[in-house]
Amino acid sequence: MTSISEAPEQQFRIGMLIYDTRYRSYTIQIIALMAFMLAAAWLINNAIVNLAVLGKTFSFGFLSQPASYDINQRLIDYTSRDTHARAALVGILNTLLVAVLGCLTATVIGTIAGVLRLSKNWLIARIMTVYVEAFRNVPVLIWILIVVAVINESLPVPRDYCRTPEQLDCLNPVLGSFVFTNRGFYMPIPVFQDAALAVGIAFVLSVAAIVWFRRYARAKQEATGQILPVFRISLAIFFLPSILVYFVAGMPIGLEYPKLQGFNFQGGIYARDSLIGLWLALSIYTGAFVAENVRAGIQAVSKGQTEAAFALGIRPNRTMNLVILPQALRVIIPPLISQYLNLTKNSSLAIAVGYMDVTGTLGGITLNQTGKEMECILLLMAFYLAASLSISAVMNWYNERVKLRER
Amino acid sequence: MTTRGIAFVSHETIPPSPPPGLSLGPVAWIRANLFSSISNSVMTIVGLAVVFHVLSAVIPWLFLGSIWNAGSLTECRSIDTGACLAVINERKWQFFFGFYPAEERWRPFAAFILMFAAIFPVLFSGASRKLLVFSVIYPGLAYWLIWGGSIWGPVMVFAGPGVGFAVWRYGGRAAGSVMDVNVAGMLAMVAGALVTIIWWLFLVEPLDDLVTGIVDIGLEPVQSARIGGFLLSLIIGVSGIAASFPIGVCLALARRSNLLIIRALSVGFIEFIRGVPLITLLFVASVLLQYFLPPSTEFDLILRVVIMVTAFASAYMAEVIRGGLAALPKGQYEAADALGLDYWKSMRLIILPQALKISIPGIVNTFIGLFKDTTLVSVIGLLDPVGIINPIRADQNWNGIVWELYGFIALFFFIFCFSMSRYSQYLERKLQTGHR
Repeated sequence: MTSISEAPEQQFRIGMLIYDTRYRSYTIQIIALMAFMLAAAWLINNAIVNLAVLGKTFSFGFLSQPASYDINQRLIDYTSRDTHARAALVGILNTLLVAVLGCLTATVIGTIAGVLRLSKNWLIARIMTVYVEAFRNVPVLIWILIVVAVINESLPVPRDYCRTPEQLDCLNPVLGSFVFTNRGFYMPIPVFQDAALAVGIAFVLSVAAIVWFRRYARAKQEATGQILPVFRISLAIFFLPSILVYFVAGMPIGLEYPKLQGFNFQGGIYARDSLIGLWLALSIYTGAFVAENVRAGIQAVSKGQTEAAFALGIRPNRTMNLVILPQALRVIIPPLISQYLNLTKNSSLAIAVGYMDVTGTLGGITLNQTGKEMECILLLMAFYLAASLSISAVMNWYNERVKLRER
Repeated sequence: MTTRGIAFVSHETIPPSPPPGLSLGPVAWIRANLFSSISNSVMTIVGLAVVFHVLSAVIPWLFLGSIWNAGSLTECRSIDTGACLAVINERKWQFFFGFYPAEERWRPFAAFILMFAAIFPVLFSGASRKLLVFSVIYPGLAYWLIWGGSIWGPVMVFAGPGVGFAVWRYGGRAAGSVMDVNVAGMLAMVAGALVTIIWWLFLVEPLDDLVTGIVDIGLEPVQSARIGGFLLSLIIGVSGIAASFPIGVCLALARRSNLLIIRALSVGFIEFIRGVPLITLLFVASVLLQYFLPPSTEFDLILRVVIMVTAFASAYMAEVIRGGLAALPKGQYEAADALGLDYWKSMRLIILPQALKISIPGIVNTFIGLFKDTTLVSVIGLLDPVGIINPIRADQNWNGIVWELYGFIALFFFIFCFSMSRYSQYLERKLQTGHR
């Protein structure tokens, strides 16, 4: 006769902490946590001792002291009497400015280059390959320096602008209002009078009307199958009412043109050479990476999809919009967003060409003037971390939204 | 009704007629690939114009009118209008070695050549396993060759893990005879690690001095401030690449581990590093790192930069390898478990070889990115090729020279990075084992 006996009661032995899988994970985790905390405590203790030796304190009080340095490219009012905090804010806005501009142009350049790289035209495809390989394999810092050098070396100084006969653009009424010099670019700035408010309201209303019309068109298509020419009508709604109101209100928006005064141009919007150089270099460099993403995305949609759409009798345009693009975008967008992230982080190289972004203000002059290395670098890192994490959050949200729902 | 035979049967095959003139040969190719439609023709013409414009500017400048021998920019301009490559000719040693002493230049050069011997057994699986020993000691050897000083310093550093290993192995055996074997093994492992750390912290320097006093084998020491140029790029790039790979693998495994604390630490590290630009980490290396070390620790700037660059690259490497781990079918993990392999064995024998293979393109891209990013060290004042430009342009003889310098550096990086990416494509094809 057999009987099932209870498993022998195992006594806990110290060796089980490492050899018994039930306990081992706890042992490892506790050891890791302790090691981490010890290391962190050691580092912080060292920092405290070192700061004490140097007679420094850890405080952010310097942010409210006057910065007493000038920033030559800014989006908000700032003088050298303003505080370090405001200088940092100017820097943050400058970073965001070049990042947003760069992302826009990089997308345009990258999309064009990526599509052309798949072109049936042998020459164009080769040129685009050369572009992509040349820019992907050379450091971005070198490209930034080269582009800024191109601006500084090849464009005329402001004093000589439009003095030489070969610059026919100067006579052109549209191009002539822009000024390209080696100190930067100037363009006309819109000047708003009171009645401009009416134009603004008309514009906002027409945008709302476009949204409403698109919903209406979609509902109608789903109900009756009738397809309205959405794009053309949207375009008309976008432009016509605003232009009409503009003329009815007596042209309340004027342009202020840059004028040469002394050695430099005054008036208009002024973008320094460093901003333009950084912006162009980052766009072209990131554009090469975007081009590869776009190419991969288009190639990822199998040819059968196009053929199936044609077999259903869908026209080429609609095939592109309704079948190919939604599938290609699912592949393109996640790496595209991480390229945006890279561009934002690469914009910190502004410090190499003297563009005052947040690395140049907070991590550059403020750091050197106040000697608050730890606080400045912590704030700088916190800003970039916040920017990256919010971009990643957008990416995760998008990924979740377009994820294939598989059963 | 008449019976009719077959009226005609040809007795010989008709010779094939040549294809129509426009469907074969260069003309047909040009028609199909360059002028297949109106828009295509327009693009071709525009493309040709662009290519012609660029080449007609570059070729005369670079090849026809370039000057290789001149003492200054003004002298160049007085000879011809082309590229003044004399500046590169004159400063070539600075570009390659920075301000490294002229008579000692053979040392970094030897280290560079030996590097190929060290990476050979890593890259090519056919090589003898014994060569890996050289790969392991190579970092110490290269350090000694480049920085000079007594050979016993690196030897003592390398001896640390050896002593620790001996303690673990023999101490564990000795202790095992008097107590529970498992406990003894655990204690011996801890003891071995402790001995290694103590050796590094306290014994390396006195032992170095002691042995150097007895047998002095050394090279002329070279200060870090004199190391620059492409040599510096390679030092930072290669050591960052070599060190970031194992750390990246560990971080990726930690991030996919089911141990909560390990995973949290890994995620925190990776996301933090990936969220900030490299330049802020280089600022940390140049002004902040010494705050976190014991007071009066003197730490070489190049070493600090290498540490931060390694940390930076490991985070990216970890994400790439994590992608490879995630792409592996779940069946592989389950099969490894079913065979009864423990975690490390299943990782080493089943999972990692496949996951690493999948992530090769990403790994090489990280390497290329890291190598390109070494130019950023010029911002914190190191004399890498970009940093070398400033003293050259500040020189009265060469004031105003731009394109030649940037072009030369860009070409150097292009050659390195492009060949790396080609190598990765070759590797990808070679390792493709089917599944298609």
